[in-house]
Amino acid sequence: MTALLALFVRELKLATRVGGGALMGSLFFLIVVTVVPFGVGPDLALLARIGPAILWIGALLATLLSLDRLFQADRDDGCLDLIVAGETPLELVVLVKCLAHWTATGLPLVVVSPLFAVFLNMEPTAIAATTTTLLVGTPALTFIGAIGAALTVSLRRGGLLLAILVLPLTVPVMIFGVSAATAAVSEPVPFLTPFLILSALGLFAAVLGPVAGAAALRFAGD
Amino acid sequence: MRLIDYANPTRFLGLVARLLPWIAGATAVTFAIGLWLVFAVAPADYQQGETVKIMYVHVPCAWLSMFCYMTMAGSALGTLVWRHPLADVSAKCAAPIGAAFTFLALATGSLWGKPMWGTWWVWDARLTSVLVLFIMYLGLIALTETIEDPVRAARAGAVLTLVGVVNIPIIKFSVEWWNTLHQPASVFRMGGSTIDPAMLVPLLVMAGAFTGLFVTVHLMAMRNEILRRRIRAMRMIEASRAE
Amino acid sequence: MLGTHAGFIVAAYGFAVVVIAGLFLWVGLDGRAQRRQLAELEARGIRRRSDVAAGGEGR
Repeated sequence: MTALLALFVRELKLATRVGGGALMGSLFFLIVVTVVPFGVGPDLALLARIGPAILWIGALLATLLSLDRLFQADRDDGCLDLIVAGETPLELVVLVKCLAHWTATGLPLVVVSPLFAVFLNMEPTAIAATTTTLLVGTPALTFIGAIGAALTVSLRRGGLLLAILVLPLTVPVMIFGVSAATAAVSEPVPFLTPFLILSALGLFAAVLGPVAGAAALRFAGD
Repeated sequence: MRLIDYANPTRFLGLVARLLPWIAGATAVTFAIGLWLVFAVAPADYQQGETVKIMYVHVPCAWLSMFCYMTMAGSALGTLVWRHPLADVSAKCAAPIGAAFTFLALATGSLWGKPMWGTWWVWDARLTSVLVLFIMYLGLIALTETIEDPVRAARAGAVLTLVGVVNIPIIKFSVEWWNTLHQPASVFRMGGSTIDPAMLVPLLVMAGAFTGLFVTVHLMAMRNEILRRRIRAMRMIEASRAE
Repeated sequence: MLGTHAGFIVAAYGFAVVVIAGLFLWVGLDGRAQRRQLAELEARGIRRRSDVAAGGEGR
């Protein structure tokens, strides 16, 4: 337990110090949100309607882009071999690394999303709903992404491949996240149904991601 | 005859050499019967007219896109659990074939959709999940092509294949949910179990023919891959001798 | 014979034929290339370790 806690603190320190690049994701998120109105036009009604989708796509892309460093830095300096050979179960190590990574890069995305929602002319209910779904949904994205990060760990330019591998698997999270966020303001479905499925997907990913990621890391090693 | 007896590639190649002509012949005969049934016997649909003939290629391709993924999942288990040496050969060879049939399912679906729906593409639940499956096939091929060492590539591919197997039902479910949310009225629905026997029999024959085609191409591709690995091993022996 | 949408039916079947022919072409050409390389290596006297006993039943 102490080992895992130490790992969590180490990961956070590495991510937040100079050169860690934790806030780069939020900056990218801001740029995506800024670029969309240039594409679809400054129609405030339209932006309010597709706002949750823009925020979700932005968060998804920002999460994916930061994921390729999840295991690569450890592989470069040899830590990864020690971790794989160590006594602590690799699945738990991956889980803790994901949690630390999410705290450093995912949580800032959730925190800034209400601010970006204001740019998109969203109403308070929609802002609250979108932020809540992002809070529940972005950990799922990190866990699923960890599988891709583990699979591409030995590749020099794995970032693009990681996104290609992971994006189809994030389709369900995306669907239920955006559905829950839009359901809060428009009528056909209640907010709770898609939100609960989103939470279930998150819990499922918290199991699948570490197990598959650990398997991929082990097979990449020997 | 146990599966492990064919872990020896040479023995497997012998078996392929003996079986392949029969499988290929049976496939050709089934195709001949199937095409005859489709074009000479099967009736036109009272709603769709002759366009329903596209179904006899579209549905078998869609079926194969799933069947091929299941073959890869079985092979992935073989690679990870039993380390069966032929399993990763099988998985690697099935991926491009599966991608080809998934592409065919999409293309014929689109050609069927244009006269039926009036557009080439609708974000219908079935088409959309097949599209996601197609992207997953391409991702798998990209992954195994990018990793140079064949053993590592096979294991990484196997992990991804199994993750995909777990996720495909979830993706299917969520795409259907998403679809009913956005398109309440179904534009067009294929009969499912209410399909008429006069159409079902040709469809089953065509599905059998396509499956035979998959087995034939898959075995041929596996034979090529075994030879490729043999050549790689021989090159390495040659290189080590030259030193 | 094929009704008003004959073009679509022909296109669908034609597409299927092209893709399947492509698959066979890929497998066939690839197989031929592999066999040629194997024959070249064998002609140069390279043997796999296991082939010394089995007597080179590579086909």
